[in-house]
Amino acid sequence: MTRLRIDWTACDGRGLCAELVPELIERDEWGFPLISDAAVPPGVLVHARRAVAACPRLALSLQAENA
Amino acid sequence: MTAMTQTMTGNYTGNYTGNEAAGGLIGPQPAAVLDLRGHLAQHGQLPSLGPHDVVRLARDAGLTGHGGAGFPLWRKLEAVINSGGRAVVVANGAEGEPASAKDRWLLTHRPHLVLDGLQLVARAVRAGDAYLYASERHRGLDHLIAERRAAGIDAVRVERAAAPDRFISGEESAAINSIAGGLAIPSSKPPRVVERGLRGRPTLVSNVETLALLALVARRGPAWFRSAGTADFPGSMLFTVGGAVRHPGVVEAPHGTPLTEVLELAGGPTSRLQAVLLGGYHGSWLTAEEAASAAMSRSDLAAYGASPGAGVVVALAEGVCGLAELSRVMTYLAQESAGQCGPCLNGLPRIAEQVRSLAFDGTDAAVFTELQRLSGLVVGRGACHHPDGSVRFLRTGLRVFADEVAMHLDRRCTRTSDDRVLPVRMVR
Ligand SMILES: Cc1cc2nc3c(=O)[nH]c(=O)nc-3n(C[C@H](O)[C@H](O)[C@H](O)COP(=O)(O)O)c2cc1C
Ligand code: SF4
Ligand code: SF4
Repeated sequence: MTRLRIDWTACDGRGLCAELVPELIERDEWGFPLISDAAVPPGVLVHARRAVAACPRLALSLQAENA
Repeated sequence: MTAMTQTMTGNYTGNYTGNEAAGGLIGPQPAAVLDLRGHLAQHGQLPSLGPHDVVRLARDAGLTGHGGAGFPLWRKLEAVINSGGRAVVVANGAEGEPASAKDRWLLTHRPHLVLDGLQLVARAVRAGDAYLYASERHRGLDHLIAERRAAGIDAVRVERAAAPDRFISGEESAAINSIAGGLAIPSSKPPRVVERGLRGRPTLVSNVETLALLALVARRGPAWFRSAGTADFPGSMLFTVGGAVRHPGVVEAPHGTPLTEVLELAGGPTSRLQAVLLGGYHGSWLTAEEAASAAMSRSDLAAYGASPGAGVVVALAEGVCGLAELSRVMTYLAQESAGQCGPCLNGLPRIAEQVRSLAFDGTDAAVFTELQRLSGLVVGRGACHHPDGSVRFLRTGLRVFADEVAMHLDRRCTRTSDDRVLPVRMVR
């Protein structure tokens, strides 16, 4: 299964990702992404990939995990 | 029973059947052993061991890390070896935790054991470079390092690197960044430092106590080490005991020793206790009743949601306001955020503000709810465990000081003493 992961040292909290994948990403009161712990559902994967590609700080990635 | 009172004959006999009780970092004479000859007279030469011998020794002894997490040393050695490439080893003596003094004690009293251990792990992973990462106050160790090199007992050159006296300086990726000439702040993981650490090379970062113990195990053998402690965590550990005890300081006792005995080694409580902090400012609070029955092993303490961590034990007497202690430390921990991860940078100061208000202002129950909410916002959302550890300290404190919280919400406080018990280093 696949999850979204943030490099917190890189993320600037401007929230572009939350606009691109609102299904999975909300923003906290400071603007930083709050990511659902759940696996990325297949239907949302395209959006998730787009957000990863669009993140200006290369802070967002998709991680494949076992089980 | 405990190492403070143990005899330590210490000469390497060449067989691994020694039956002295484990311990031996402090021994019967806590005096410093600084000259190489004194060290060799006391402990003997390091036996000549190949890389596999060192890994096997660490594994057979069940030696685990003493920097806080308790991870088996041999598995870390194997991870570095399996990463391939020219490896680096780092002795971590940063000890950013203000309530801890055991690494400082080791570096001032038993530096040769630490340096022996560093050579052993360097041999195990075939490292080309070895670093001793510690506060500038230990710069005098340069003489010892040079003396050992001149005497031909250190095959791998050791370089001392200065660790800033900040809480997170000793986090392993922060240590590596600092040694490389950068700021002593953590990096995002992955990659793990065992795969890609200093200048991209596989790196073993081990606490100085772990290395000193390895130097004893190499001479006395795994069976000696296993003769004390628990099956999961053999051997002894150093504790820094502070607060309301007669002789605050560093003591040594086997894993699994009752907490009350650890307090006795430091002279025993000076008055009735209300709580005990275990594992420092990323650790957990126990009530006095829990402290009366807890044993200092990972498995026993897990029942209380606690861990021995790196051995910090602080006894809090009745009459000291626990919330004032929580407040001062949370303010300090917020200050110590490296400021590079949004939730940690923004969340910890907000949390500290709320705790201050709980401790010192007329306040209402909403503060308590807000603290729970903010805590949830920082846990797991940083490049290192600073937010998680800080929240553990706070949450367990709020549990243990629940009566005091209720009093404060009622604008009362049981405080009878203005003592500030937990030490902090504020920079402003
Ligand atoms: C915020 C933070 C601070 C740390 N500070 C220290 C330290 O001062 N000394 C230390 O040995 N380990 C420290 N650690 C743990 C190290 O990252 C690492 O796990 C340890 O040095 C490994 O040594 P060990 O396996 O011998 O325990 C810290 C970890 C964190 C998250
Ligand atoms: S788009 Fe990238 S930098 Fe911006 S908030 Fe999302 S993860 Fe952070
Ligand atoms: S979590 Fe906090 S202390 Fe850790 S690296 Fe990020 S900002 Fe620094």
